[in-house]
Amino acid sequence: MTDVSQARKQSSPSARGEGFDLAKLLLEGRAFFALIVIIVVFSILSPYYLSVANFLTMASHVAIFGILAVGMLLVILNGGIDLSVGSTLGLAGVVAGFLMQGVTLTWLGVVLYPPVWVVAVIACMLGAGVGLINGVLIARFKVPAFVATLGVMYMARGLALLMTSGLTYNNLGGKPELGNTGFDALGFNRLFGVPTGVVVLAVIALIGSIVLNRTAFGRWLYASGGNERAAELSGVPVKTVQVSVYVLSGICAAIAGLILSSQLTSAGPTAGTTYELTAIAAVVIGGAALTGGRGNIRGTLLGAFVIGFLSDGLVIIGISSYWQTVFTGAVIVLAVLLNAVQYRRRSKLPSSTGGQPTSQQRGKAEPANPAQGKTAR
Amino acid sequence: MKPAAETAPATGDAVLSARNIVMSYGGVHALKGVNFDIHRGKVTTLFGENGAGKSTLMKILSGVVTPTSGDIVLDGNFVSFSSSSDARDRGISIIHQELSLAPNLSVRDNIFMGRELRTRTGLDFAEESRQARALMADLEEDIDPMTLVEDLRLGQQQIVEIARALSVDSRILIMDEPTSALSATEVEVLFKVIRDLTSRGVSIVYISHHLEEALQITDYAVVLRDGAITATAEARDIDLEWIVRNMVGENFDLGSPPTGHEFGEVALSIEDVSVIDASGSGYSVVDHLSLDVRAGEIVCIYGLMGAGRTELLEAVAGRMPMAGGRALLEGEDVSRLSIAQRIAKGLVLVPEDRQRDGLVQTMTVGRNLSLASIEAFAKGLFLSRSRERELVEDSIRKVTVKTAGGNAMIGSLSGGNQQKVVIGKMLTTNPKVILLDEPSRGIDVGAKAEVFRLLSERAAQGLAVVFSTSEVNECLSIAHRIVVMRRGRISAEFGASATKEQIMAASGEAVVA
Repeated sequence: MTDVSQARKQSSPSARGEGFDLAKLLLEGRAFFALIVIIVVFSILSPYYLSVANFLTMASHVAIFGILAVGMLLVILNGGIDLSVGSTLGLAGVVAGFLMQGVTLTWLGVVLYPPVWVVAVIACMLGAGVGLINGVLIARFKVPAFVATLGVMYMARGLALLMTSGLTYNNLGGKPELGNTGFDALGFNRLFGVPTGVVVLAVIALIGSIVLNRTAFGRWLYASGGNERAAELSGVPVKTVQVSVYVLSGICAAIAGLILSSQLTSAGPTAGTTYELTAIAAVVIGGAALTGGRGNIRGTLLGAFVIGFLSDGLVIIGISSYWQTVFTGAVIVLAVLLNAVQYRRRSKLPSSTGGQPTSQQRGKAEPANPAQGKTAR
Repeated sequence: MKPAAETAPATGDAVLSARNIVMSYGGVHALKGVNFDIHRGKVTTLFGENGAGKSTLMKILSGVVTPTSGDIVLDGNFVSFSSSSDARDRGISIIHQELSLAPNLSVRDNIFMGRELRTRTGLDFAEESRQARALMADLEEDIDPMTLVEDLRLGQQQIVEIARALSVDSRILIMDEPTSALSATEVEVLFKVIRDLTSRGVSIVYISHHLEEALQITDYAVVLRDGAITATAEARDIDLEWIVRNMVGENFDLGSPPTGHEFGEVALSIEDVSVIDASGSGYSVVDHLSLDVRAGEIVCIYGLMGAGRTELLEAVAGRMPMAGGRALLEGEDVSRLSIAQRIAKGLVLVPEDRQRDGLVQTMTVGRNLSLASIEAFAKGLFLSRSRERELVEDSIRKVTVKTAGGNAMIGSLSGGNQQKVVIGKMLTTNPKVILLDEPSRGIDVGAKAEVFRLLSERAAQGLAVVFSTSEVNECLSIAHRIVVMRRGRISAEFGASATKEQIMAASGEAVVA
């Protein structure tokens, strides 16, 4: 039934592909070009935009979203979504703030002041715990990811508000005599002039990139996100992978929470509200498909920088925050639109680096999954 | 629509005709220039094996899909249907092979779905209920119109599907496998309804795998094979043997059982395995089945749709739970192990639906091929790219995948080559037993032969091979032993020298005198 020659003809680059090289380049590198355009435009509009100092300031803002987005990318690659990261960020910050005030053990009559590294580890474990709840709900009890993480989002936010009665911990500095100073390092210290938050983002991105590209876990993640049933039949531990991505996303959220409260020198229970949406936007702008299996760290980082540099630029040139919201939304819509365009081109030109299944099989199979797009890995 | 007067062809007593219909899905030609007539007021049966193109042709005639090229002639005029409701408005309706009911709605709502009866202010539920009840009475089925479809058993759901098609007063009614879930009594009633309809001038197209049954009811027989019509005759001039001969055709050489090697010990032992239907009806799709396969042996499992082949293979591979019994791999019970553990022990499955269960479409050919054997190229925590490349290249060579290379996207391959990737992926794990569920589904005959040649080579090296098929020709190729499944049990076992008629008789498809 298969006519191989016909299939060949289809898969050879068609003539119209040739003239479209520039368009193709622009399309595939769209997040990168968007970033360049943003930098150029704002540099023209404002004399303060194009400077090392401003870039470092903006980068430390981006760090928060970038770290959340890397965790979110793992979840989205798996075909899921994690709406709880913003609340987890807030909860982790509040718990860190609480620990920095000292833990009073009434029955022993002592007050414990854990050192900063212990605080950080506990906050990360808390993030992992929240992620574990998400993962178990989704993988074990088959709760849809959207609903499970929505519920956990509310619970984490509520807990953060309960812990502080809605107030904010302002005293995070610690005292030298108690040995718990150094919390502000995450927000203010610089390594070779680069803010710690940006360094942490770089490290997390590097680890993420290695995990995705060079380890069995990364391969399992791409496979189970692309087709869970096929992955399972190939011996991939799909449940373990699914739980792991939510745990990792929770840890990323906790790290972001530590950095944010250090930058702000305060830990408030409402910190990180709606940050999960910004993280999802960064991942989508970075070319990942919400249907899973397509996306990479590089794109996601670019997506985070596009959002961060855009909104900071709008602040610098003095546009009202209401307009900022409109612009950010427009960029997201445009990104998703381009993802869809890229997907359509891919299915027409299967010879390019990526491609959807061509229609050859559709006679037999269910309609192909309309994955929305991808970035070349 | 072309002007009727100038080009209308002579179509005799045909009410609806297909002329030179070609249907291509990408590179696959499902239909290659088919001419097909539906005779007015008669039953025309379309015979053909799975994948011959029967359902595709029916979807074209009922407006569900538009053909790549070719004409449809209705009452002597060229027509083209924009949608299935367009075709329905012209009096053509279809009962699909796969049920297309909304399980969450009632029988009444399903029957009137998309063409609800209206009053001035809303829906005329009373009239809908009355008509639904009348249809159920015609079909001698005691179903309340308000029953939810999900609460009906499969056969009753099929009755609802039939009732829906009857409710529109069609002139032409296409029935694609209407009886596959019906009991003998229900089939009798359906046949009575069909005779009643034809006597009122309705033209019927009938498709069934139950050849004898179809021969009882039909007036005309048309045989489709590999997307082309191979024979047409009036029912009174033909017999079952004629149908089988034309359906199956001349044997394309798919190989013969490999010889010259001794079978080893029993590699796979299926002991008293039962599998309960996944939809929760409590029905045993596999019913206390036992089967031994020895190393180096190739066993073919033949059976009709719903015989339990897929469920058996998936239960043995760990995809579906066993309700009873166990599976032993070289004497070791693997029934409690995960799929991954079974793969590690050497028991692998090539699933039936390669798009849904076999391939990861977002990955390259190479990554698909290496997916099941990641441990083989892992160095500590990390994957060795060079070792993976070697493994992939070796695999592409061994299973003869025609591809630009390991980095090509899986979607750029033809169906046959995609199937080779799925098989290659499992063979790369060096299994002891390979189960293949309809490995030839949707691939061309050349690729089929290559797949079988590959399997017989591996069998000669000691691999135990179990493959299932619904095409008789394939049983009579490389299999040393043919096991026929019927209603979850083994109904017969044959050696390689069995005849097509014997095999088909044992499956319940045809009892050839």
